[in-house]
Amino acid sequence: MTAQALDEIKIGGLGASRKRVEDNRFIRGKGNYTDDITLPGMLHMEILRSPLAHARITSIDASKAWDIPGVHLVLTGDMMATRNLAWMPTLSYDTQAVLATDKVRFQGQEVACVIADDPYIAKDACEAIDVEYEPLPPIVNPMQAVAEGAPVIRDDKENQADNVIYNWEVGDAAATDRAFEQADMVSRLKLHYPRSHPSPIECCGSIADFNRATEKLTVYMTTQAPHIIRAAVALVAELPEHMIRIISPDIGGGFGNKVPVYPGYVCSILASILLERPVKWIEDKTGNLISTGFARDIYLDGEMALRQDGKILGVRMHCDADHGAFFSDAQPSKFKIGLLHSAFAAYDIPAAHLTARGTYSNKAPGGVAYRCSFRVTEAMFFQERMVQAAADDLGMDQAAFRRMNFVRDEDFPHRTPLGFLTDSGQYGKCLDVALKAVGYEEFRKQQEEARAKGRLFGLGISTMTEPLGAGNSREYDILGIKMFDSAELKVHMTGKAIVRTGARGQGQGHETTWAQIVSHELGIPAEDIVVEEGDTDTAPFGMGTYASRSTPVAGAAVAMVSRKIRAKARKLAAHLLEVSEEDIEWELGRFYVRSAPDRGVTIQECAMAAYSNMPDGMEPGLENTAYYDPPNLTWPFAVYIVTVEVDPATGVWDVLTTVAVDDCGVRINPMIVEGQIMGGLTEAYAMANMQFITFDAEGNCIGSNYMDYLLPTAWETPGFELHSEVVTPCPHHPIGAKGIGECAAVGGPAAFVNAVIDALSGTGVRNIDMPLLPDRVWEALTYRRDVSGAPPVRSDD
Amino acid sequence: MTVVYDNIGDAAEEGAVPVRRITFTVNGRKKVAEVEPRLLLSHLIRRGLGLTGTHMGCDTTNCGACTVLMKGAGEVGGGRPVKSCTMLAVQVDGREITTVEGLATASELHPLQEGFKEEHGLQCGFCTPGMMMAAKALLDENPDPTEEEVRWALSGNLCRCTGYQNIVKSVLWAAAKLRAEAAG
Repeated sequence: MTAQALDEIKIGGLGASRKRVEDNRFIRGKGNYTDDITLPGMLHMEILRSPLAHARITSIDASKAWDIPGVHLVLTGDMMATRNLAWMPTLSYDTQAVLATDKVRFQGQEVACVIADDPYIAKDACEAIDVEYEPLPPIVNPMQAVAEGAPVIRDDKENQADNVIYNWEVGDAAATDRAFEQADMVSRLKLHYPRSHPSPIECCGSIADFNRATEKLTVYMTTQAPHIIRAAVALVAELPEHMIRIISPDIGGGFGNKVPVYPGYVCSILASILLERPVKWIEDKTGNLISTGFARDIYLDGEMALRQDGKILGVRMHCDADHGAFFSDAQPSKFKIGLLHSAFAAYDIPAAHLTARGTYSNKAPGGVAYRCSFRVTEAMFFQERMVQAAADDLGMDQAAFRRMNFVRDEDFPHRTPLGFLTDSGQYGKCLDVALKAVGYEEFRKQQEEARAKGRLFGLGISTMTEPLGAGNSREYDILGIKMFDSAELKVHMTGKAIVRTGARGQGQGHETTWAQIVSHELGIPAEDIVVEEGDTDTAPFGMGTYASRSTPVAGAAVAMVSRKIRAKARKLAAHLLEVSEEDIEWELGRFYVRSAPDRGVTIQECAMAAYSNMPDGMEPGLENTAYYDPPNLTWPFAVYIVTVEVDPATGVWDVLTTVAVDDCGVRINPMIVEGQIMGGLTEAYAMANMQFITFDAEGNCIGSNYMDYLLPTAWETPGFELHSEVVTPCPHHPIGAKGIGECAAVGGPAAFVNAVIDALSGTGVRNIDMPLLPDRVWEALTYRRDVSGAPPVRSDD
Repeated sequence: MTVVYDNIGDAAEEGAVPVRRITFTVNGRKKVAEVEPRLLLSHLIRRGLGLTGTHMGCDTTNCGACTVLMKGAGEVGGGRPVKSCTMLAVQVDGREITTVEGLATASELHPLQEGFKEEHGLQCGFCTPGMMMAAKALLDENPDPTEEEVRWALSGNLCRCTGYQNIVKSVLWAAAKLRAEAAG
């Protein structure tokens, strides 16, 4: 390196806690979210939803709605059916009703739409639509779904004689059976991970704008995956793909909620085509909470085969997943229950077997990857709850039991018993850092002393390793579309640049961090690079942003396209310096002659030459595109430790400390990484403490607004202590980065729950299902029994 | 007269929709509008005035994304924080409101805006305007709040991205800067 090399941190490269570019508009109230867009002649759409969970529609009379001045169109299922749009395909090879024709299958299902001059008029008109229903018995959990004589929810489907969607298995059943035969002890745990809703503050919405003159359809919408939506619209609406432009403007949080295709999008598009005017649909919060992608709602029956010394010999898991009325998960198609089989990836276990059954119910379609890589949250929660129970059953120390069973640093790449190949990690070191930070030994002493005085302290450990960055394309596709991603980089003649990717951020700071990757690769100051995403007419094809795949895949593509640019710039440098390419060295921002380091040219000089002084025979310009198909998933690791105090009189628990040790490989922007971890920990705390959506026996959604669906505020949310000292670069990612956006939400919940259960040690309580509401904790403490969170069965059975 | 919210549709029967004229001040400018009595303040702000920095999240006074400051005639100070999704537009008649667009001057950001950027107090940005308005009301009253006071003052505003820790830091950053400015 010569004295003229740039200081990477100063130019905002890799490792710089660069302040975010996108903030400049958000702090001024100048963001551009879907609802902020107004188009000339725009109409407004509102949706009429079903009040019942399961009912046959006997009649729909919309005549009064048509009569209201200002109403332009009323859409019902029958009208959709004449255009073959009453049903649409889902991302999981199922179908979903756009507007109900025969039956309603969950409370809040879309029954009709009104398009009017004004949303107030459209809402009035929705109320004027008369729908008559004949109620049918609702099914609200998987046990009811498979009970003999259960009504068949999906009687619209041929060959669907029951409510089972799939039976899926992975692992080695015979080897697992043998492990259990050899076990000294079997630890068993039944758990329920309750329904939850990602609930970004911004609800879903779209503005469809079909232009009859150009035949082009432009849709502004809240989507995390604009290119997937373009493909879906092309297939569903039978429009040519090049005449569809999906623009995803600023998104007010996604967390997986804005991946699926929702009926509202489809209806606004059809309405715009019929009326030839822009049609805006903005969902209200209740609509968002009761009808759009739920997450979780899954039951576990887990068993662990143990040797007396603490070695885990085998794991057996059976899961029942409640998918709601339509199987509309957005997940890799080969895996019916997401990546649930990532469970126990961090532990060295000889044999494991997982079976899963998916069932329909009279609830909104669920199973979205809520801040996780396709059911990894459930996998890690089950794993860490089972690990805690097993250590307790053995009478072993929680930390020692984990350490003993961890995959060791020298064993990577490691093939997990359920089929993944983990890439790297320092699991024991992460645990050491976390134990030291929380003062483990000291806390155990305090816990003992407090116990003697009737105070209940608890400590919960959770670890997680998350498979992030789908694909590779061999194994990962959605409806056959391979899961790779892309980046396009254009360097202008003055050395400024624009980078576009197939991802679509929702607050992760792509506009800041993608520039930092280019800066790291090319030495162009980050402030000279603009980032653009979310417009399918300009961005290269990509699968979008969810499952923490942006940095592992699109971020890798940004690095790879930068290297293509650098390779061409090297040729330009050789031309400018009048030496051969082999005699040239690169340092940040500059090529120089190896034998004469003072002779060099900057990347900006190369850029100018690409437009003004290229060698004979060279194609002008300095632009390129890279498609990145990752060789493997990236595998971050984390240890979360939480300490709590439980009030035995009320069951209320307070968090004393939360320690997070995240090893996500190389951190592009440490400030942003820490922001992601704190956000994830808060959602973890929320799920453990208060955030769930349940249903009564009639299928009424309890949690249809923020009065009932509790989200933590600044007042409840505890403070977090983050540690970044363990760094295991990803061996196959171009800059060594791993995913991080979701880790804390994935691994966090078990730490909070384990802490409360630990506080109850000695009472015989092995489980309280989430959320650990005060009444549940109080019940467990008072009656010394486990508390299940399974929803009620019908009272009139 | 400026009609800031006009709802041009097919002609209704004479007198079918009652309309009320209101006068108010927004970000220091006087406005007149004719509005339906049921029109929400948040819709007047967003659609009528085109001030889309005030966001609508929950429609039920829970999330606080629509928080603006409101001041009655004769009241002193910067105004009280109100959630504009559960106020009617007619309620601002004769009153003064400040939205996020009124925080900065033409050349200078408000210290709260700087603080949110400095301390990474936002991610998706959707709750941010409401957070800053609630925080402004706090700092107008209490220039030197504790962390606990900040958390309490913001407890009517939900954020799903940040986990609040950096939001609290942002507000404390702004408080320190405002105090330093006041000390001259």
